[in-house]
This record gives sequence, C-alpha cells and structure tokens, in this order.
Amino acid sequence: MRRYSAFAIAREALRYHAGWEKAWASPEPRRKYDVVIVGAGGHGLATAFYLGRNFGITNVAVIEKGWLGGGNTGRNTTIIRSNYLQDPSAAIYEKSRSLYETMSQDLNYNVMYSPRGVMMLAQTQAEVRGYLRTAQANTLQGVTTRFIDPPEVKKLVPIINLDGPRYPVLGALWQDRAGTARHDAVAWGYARACSDMGMDIIQQCEVTAVRREGGRVVGVDTSRGAIDCDKLGIVVAGNSGVMAERAGFRLPIDSVALQALVSEPIKPCMDVVVMANTVHGYMSQSDKGEMVIGGGADGYNNYTQRGSFHHIEETVRALVETFPMVSRLKMLRQWGGIVDMTGDRSPILSKTPVEGVFINCGWGTGGFKATPGSGWAMAELMAKGHSPLAEAYTLDRFREGRFIDESVAAGVAH
Amino acid sequence: MLILHCPYCGVMADETELHGGGEAHLTRHGPGSSDEEFHDYLFAKENPRGVHFERWRHVNGCGKWFHAARDTATLEVFGTYSAQTTEPPQAIRDAITARRPGWTWRHLAGSAK
Repeated sequence: MRRYSAFAIAREALRYHAGWEKAWASPEPRRKYDVVIVGAGGHGLATAFYLGRNFGITNVAVIEKGWLGGGNTGRNTTIIRSNYLQDPSAAIYEKSRSLYETMSQDLNYNVMYSPRGVMMLAQTQAEVRGYLRTAQANTLQGVTTRFIDPPEVKKLVPIINLDGPRYPVLGALWQDRAGTARHDAVAWGYARACSDMGMDIIQQCEVTAVRREGGRVVGVDTSRGAIDCDKLGIVVAGNSGVMAERAGFRLPIDSVALQALVSEPIKPCMDVVVMANTVHGYMSQSDKGEMVIGGGADGYNNYTQRGSFHHIEETVRALVETFPMVSRLKMLRQWGGIVDMTGDRSPILSKTPVEGVFINCGWGTGGFKATPGSGWAMAELMAKGHSPLAEAYTLDRFREGRFIDESVAAGVAH
Repeated sequence: MLILHCPYCGVMADETELHGGGEAHLTRHGPGSSDEEFHDYLFAKENPRGVHFERWRHVNGCGKWFHAARDTATLEVFGTYSAQTTEPPQAIRDAITARRPGWTWRHLAGSAK
C-alpha cells in the first residue's frame, strides 16, 4: 500500500492523478477464515483492525450486507466525547477518545478529528445537579471536564440565547478535548488498513445463517456461499436481534429509528458542539458550514431507517428557542438510522451462549464516539477471551442485575 | 407518521396522540417462576424485523391501552385490537397471513396458505 502524504499529492498532481491505488481490495470470499466479523461499519472494521494490529490475527473476513460504512457509521452526527457518569463507561469512551487523537497518524488516513469541545447544556435545576455530579465523577475517572457558568457558555457560543423563556441556560458540562471527526473517513481508514494487513472485506454479502456444531460455531452461510470460521464476531448495530436469532439466542435489545438533519451551508458561526438534552436536540457546524442537528429517537420498534417527522419538528422547535438564528435556516437533508437500545443504555461486548460467537452491540444512540475503543476491546475479547474494558459489558449483567445505568446519567442524547 | 385506529374510541389516531408500550402478550412471570422465565420476561426481547405485536396507549385521546399488529420492516399496520386478550384475535392473524404468509412470532405461527 502506498502511503498518503503531501509528497504523494504533489507526485500525483504531476501525472494526472493516475497513480492512486484502490483504498481496499474487493476479493471473492475464501472457504475458511480464523475470524469472521459480520458488519463492516466502524465498529466491525475497528475490531478487525485491532485483531491484526494488537494480536497479529490477520486471517480475517469482514462481511457486509450492504456497503462499507453505510449503516449508522454514515448516519450519525459525528460527536466524540467521554463525559459519562459510570466508571466502565468513562473507561471505554475515554480510551476511544484518546485513540481518535492519533487515529489519522495510526491509519495514515485523515479522519479530520477536531477536538473543538463539547458542551452539554444544563437547562433545569436537575440537570445542573446531574452535571455537577458528572464533572466530579469525571475528575475521579481522569476525564477532564468541568461545569461552566452561563457567561462562559455565551463566550464559547455567541449565537446562543441564554434566557429562553421555557428553558434558560443555567450552565453547562464542558469537555474541551471532545469534538467531532469525519465519520466516513473512520470507516474508510480502517478498511484500508485492514485490507493492507491482508484481511478480506466482502461487501454485498448477507449472512443468512450461523452454522453450529455441538454448541460451537463452525461457520456462516452467506448469499455468496458458505464460509467456515473458528470465531465469529457479530457487530451489526440495529440488526443485532436478527443476527442473534440466526445464531440461536435472544438479546435485551430494541431497534428503533434515530434521526438527524443538516442545514444549508452557512458561514462559520459556532466552533463547538452543543447538546441540549432536556429539549432533545444537539447541534454542531461541519467543515462545509452545514449545521448538523440530531434529535430524539422514536418510541417504537422500526427497521426502516426513516423516522417520524414530528421528532424533527420537536427538535428544531427546541433549537429555535436556544439558537434563534436557526429559524432562518433551510434544511438540506434528513435521514434515519436504526439504533440498538438496551435497557440501561450501555453496550454489550460479550461472549454469547454459542461458543466462539462474540457480540458487540447495544451502543444505541451513541456508537460513533466509541468506534475505536469498541474495536480495541472487542478484538481483545475475541483474541484472549477477556478484556478489562469489556468486563462490565457482558450479556449476563442483565440476569445478574449489574446494570451500567447511563439512561438516567446521560439523558436522552447519548 | 404512524396512524393507528383506536379500537376503543374509534379515532384514527396520529402517532403524536399515542404512546408506544413495547412488546405485547408478555406473560408476566413473578414469584414462583424460574430464574430463566423471569429473565426472559424482563430482557429477552422479540424485536423482530417483520411482523410484531405491540401495546399502545391512546394517551392524548381516550387514554386506553390497546394492541397493534405491525410490520417493523415496512411500517405496514395489519390492524389494532382490544388489550383485553392474551393472544391476537383470528381476524388479525388472518389479515397478517394474507400479507405475510408463513409469518411467525414467539409461539404464534401463521397458518400456511
């Protein structure tokens, strides 16, 4: 693989850009792999990447029903933060955030990580108390956050209206090393690095059955033939329940639609990410100038990758109060993704009742930020059978009552 | 927007009038049940891609709970029916079978056409 560099751009500029290689190969599936990962989204590709990078396991296939990074990896609002309340959450999300800091160098692929800072507005007294508690918990966890007062909020976000009649801004939880990254580039960068290690990325190939012998996985049937494997990783977000059923077990997961939208591009007006959990809205400005807006999830099971319009209306209505200038914006695009929600709003990174089958799911509405950390922990779990970062996230925690309750701690926008 | 017919007050209710109550026809295992039964009741979700039975409440209307049969992959509604039942009525099952021959849901199975 030729490295990307400023020199490479100069070289190609002089020869009509004829020398760029394909970023990843598209091979025919082989009959047998050591490890098969189902799902070539960010989390699946990151799992494959760290299996190779950290454990030298490169006889790996990543199988994708649609196209690479076409699910929630390409449908999120690209926010990266680690200001969670519970210790296991802080550990894996902070690991993830720290991996984002060096990802462009690690992958030799510009993922445009922008540590612009994430601000979570406190608009009720309960939120003020909650975020003060989170800030103190974060201090103990080694995650740098602090609670800031309204004047500092205004200084960081001049377009904000602090005195909304219904939900005034009473302060905010501020993490200045959080930010955003280019979501597609994360998937593409991992795919390119995996392909370079000799892994096969097989797109347009649906896994239709998980073959088992004596309680152990032996392979998968796909729309492009049978593939044998010693270990199987299921990393399919919204379709986790469907894949689990094919492997013979059930999950504590509901699949629901979550929506986002972007405005027409405008001049730079906001250089941080602002989340307003009380009113179900969050907003940042992309490098192209679009205001990227995320809203709340629908309240019923849905696999259609489109949500209900009234959620868009609620989100925008709330944002208009906090950011009056939004009322003048035209919206360009709206889309939905299917998120896999657990009861405690924390993920599942676990062995399963089928030996050799591992599952990574339940990231719900907040999976993008966790992409590298999730892959790191999942790779360790699959290679060694246990991982300190994944320890708390077993499937058994529901049976045993060891919930990692972020549903109260993180509010709705997760 | 999802529109469901409320079997109690007869209104075709917009989603904004309704509140989803999750999976329907659960057996509410309690004292005396096995750990496995209690665990499955609480956590083993059906979450199907396809035919699904759900509880809904006409919260900004008559306030009553009812059941709906829906397809989660297409958002098609097969019908709504009273909550005073432990299984979907035959008319609803027939309506589903007409559109999705061979459907299954938990212990319920559509008759082959």
